Amino acid sequence: MTLPEGPAAVPLLSVRGLTKLFGSFAACNAIDLDIAAGEIHALLGENGAGKSTLVKMLFGVLQPSAGQILWEGTPVTISSPGEARRLGVGMVFQHFSLFEALTVAENIALSLDPKISLSKISDEAAALSKAYGLPLDPKAHVADLSVGERQRIEIVRALLQNPKLIILDEPTSVLTPQEADRLFETLFKLKAEGRSVLYISHRLEEVRRICDRATVLRHGRVTGACDPKLETPASLARMMVGSDVAQVHRDSAEALGDIRIEVTDLSVPARTPFAVSLKNISLKVRAGEVLAIAGVAGNGQGELFDALSGEYPVADDEAIRIRGKAVGGMGINGRRLLGAGFVPEERHGHAAVSALPLSDNLLLARSQSDKQAFLSGGAVSIIRQDAIRSATRRICEAMDVRKSGEDPLAGSLSGGNLQKFIVGRELDRQPAVLIVNQPTWGVDAGAASRIRQALIDLAKAGSAVVVISQDLDEIFEVATNIAVISEGQLSDPHPAGTLTLERIGLMMGGIHESHSIPEAAHAH
Amino acid sequence: MFEAILLTVITASTPLVIAALGELVTERAGVLNLGVEGMMIMGAVCAFAVTQISGSPYVGLFAGILGGGIFSLLFGFLTLTLVANQVATGLALTILGLGLSGQIGEAFVGQPGIKLQPIVFPLLSDIPFFGRVLFSQDLTFYFSIGLVIGINWFLFKSRTGLKMRAIGDNHASAHALGINVIRTRYLAVMFGGACAGLAGAQLSLVYTPQWVENMSAGRGWIALALVVFASWRPWRVLAGGYLFGAVTIGQLHAQAFGIGIPSQFLSALPYAATIVVLIIISHNRRTTLINTPASLGKPFVPDR
Repeated sequence: MTLPEGPAAVPLLSVRGLTKLFGSFAACNAIDLDIAAGEIHALLGENGAGKSTLVKMLFGVLQPSAGQILWEGTPVTISSPGEARRLGVGMVFQHFSLFEALTVAENIALSLDPKISLSKISDEAAALSKAYGLPLDPKAHVADLSVGERQRIEIVRALLQNPKLIILDEPTSVLTPQEADRLFETLFKLKAEGRSVLYISHRLEEVRRICDRATVLRHGRVTGACDPKLETPASLARMMVGSDVAQVHRDSAEALGDIRIEVTDLSVPARTPFAVSLKNISLKVRAGEVLAIAGVAGNGQGELFDALSGEYPVADDEAIRIRGKAVGGMGINGRRLLGAGFVPEERHGHAAVSALPLSDNLLLARSQSDKQAFLSGGAVSIIRQDAIRSATRRICEAMDVRKSGEDPLAGSLSGGNLQKFIVGRELDRQPAVLIVNQPTWGVDAGAASRIRQALIDLAKAGSAVVVISQDLDEIFEVATNIAVISEGQLSDPHPAGTLTLERIGLMMGGIHESHSIPEAAHAH
Repeated sequence: MFEAILLTVITASTPLVIAALGELVTERAGVLNLGVEGMMIMGAVCAFAVTQISGSPYVGLFAGILGGGIFSLLFGFLTLTLVANQVATGLALTILGLGLSGQIGEAFVGQPGIKLQPIVFPLLSDIPFFGRVLFSQDLTFYFSIGLVIGINWFLFKSRTGLKMRAIGDNHASAHALGINVIRTRYLAVMFGGACAGLAGAQLSLVYTPQWVENMSAGRGWIALALVVFASWRPWRVLAGGYLFGAVTIGQLHAQAFGIGIPSQFLSALPYAATIVVLIIISHNRRTTLINTPASLGKPFVPDR
């Protein structure tokens, strides 16, 4: 790797041959990395490439098996997060390490010198958050805050320790484009102050926009170091994946058929204080259509999915119709028997039982809808293992699920492969209606493109598909029409071709435009 | 008459308050120790035995605290170091404590005990009514009140208490912040054990100064219910403790007056009251969630 030009010859942080073994598996294998003072350095890689393991070692959460970390040229051992903070490393985790039951100030106090009083921390946090454009109320309970606000706490918490290096793990995955822009401004301010940022992401556009240099990881090894501004998203993706990622392909003109799922004026009160209530949601999806519902996490996506799938049936039977039949009060199996399929967001414990093999997971989902194929003996319901095994095999082949052994435990599959199986489990039935919540959340690029293509193909074959997603790239790839959910309200759908990222961003932020925009006027 | 009843209510409530406060701290750190009954009875037998041998109930009191604390270490070792199931281990601790205390106390059955004498505050105790009730009690009563104030301050004002609440809310995040989860939980478990031991000592040195097998008589379970009843708040433990104590005493007096309520019904009252309170507080999920330690009873293994 080349050192940056100029007088700053000694990098702020150097990593030499850093290796982390889990048993015989090398999550990180002889990683070399240099971060200069005052640069925004990207760490790119697919899920499972070793990004998180690497930064956990830099932050003292994990101990390296071999290799060396040099801080301003001096070899150091970072034995704990406290040690890392003392050196001047701050970390903003992907999954927030916040305490929901505590207030913002209490959360911040936990990572600071215990001698500083809580009221002083409140004042400093408020001042700092204002200075960096991240407004926060120190007295608010975290449980009441949005995801974006929670991330601000993490950032302010890291900044209060006056770090020289701030590590951000996939910070924009939970933000609206506007919130992300605000975050980038904050990062540029930090850079101008001479602090370094290690920015972990798999969003290539973003990395090209804000980062000075990038290090690309694949299978625990460094596969490239470059100036991202000189690369194209395609060339960066090639370094990440090792081969060209299959482009998701969609024919432009689809003929839409009859209405398969119709929601009319659906309102559902919030079940818990942290849930979102759904307000007057209406939507129609026709055969051959993919309706994508965009929105920032926690704006009612989960609640909408619960209502559509029948996990929590709604009071008004007429509010939801599947293939013309009122199903509002019907449970999941009733709706499945009408030809609907559902893929919930959470893979482990919701879509699949981690401790059971794939074949059992298949049976659990389809025991009612595929009674005849999977069960025999009438009321006795004897499980037909051979039929289920062959169906499992069929699904794995169709979706290219990579697994060890014939019928492994669901929990032993990587996130991407399990997700392919879960989606494939529904696709295998050729459902007339498919409703998917976050189909490629935390899934590597290869698996994601496979899943997206499968969704498009299903619609093309004449099904109605609803995709609820936070990933705008995904939405533009798959959607025929796009609607935005914000605070439990759903916007009118717009044809995908007429919308821009900016416009969706505004809608996600809750600024609904008037409902009667002539769609043609926005097509360009 | 009323004053006499009030005095017995205080004596009956004090062990409930002390044991429940200890368990509150344990649970705030995210550990569910169902062995309160077992730790309490161990405290009772240690306190009685040492008092008989040394002749000083104060040494006995100390022995009770020590007994409960050391006994809780067994629970800590099994659940925190060996990561055994907390519910099963807690139940086992109670069964073990009841059996072991019977064994230790066999030699002391029927011996007249030495009562812990009240400490009478001069002047203050001369205040009519309140003086007798509040300022001529034994040490355990004053201690229980101090404990409420102290724990309330510790949990909500001190930084260590904040760390403890953080561990109880989300131990993985607390670990990531560099807080020593296991060590803090060990200390919280031992504090809970020491409090249960002290509560037991109060039983065998103040409430009924003698050793009777099984003399804790379900008070450990009431203390456990009390923690939930109080939604993990120290002052509410005090209020709830006195409510439950009053019910216990009221049941005795009701029997004496021949009021036709079956005693079993009155004995069940604290538990019924807990269920009612649980239903009421569960209506406001937000406050419940903010007070309930979210990682309660969940095993913690640091990822290394």
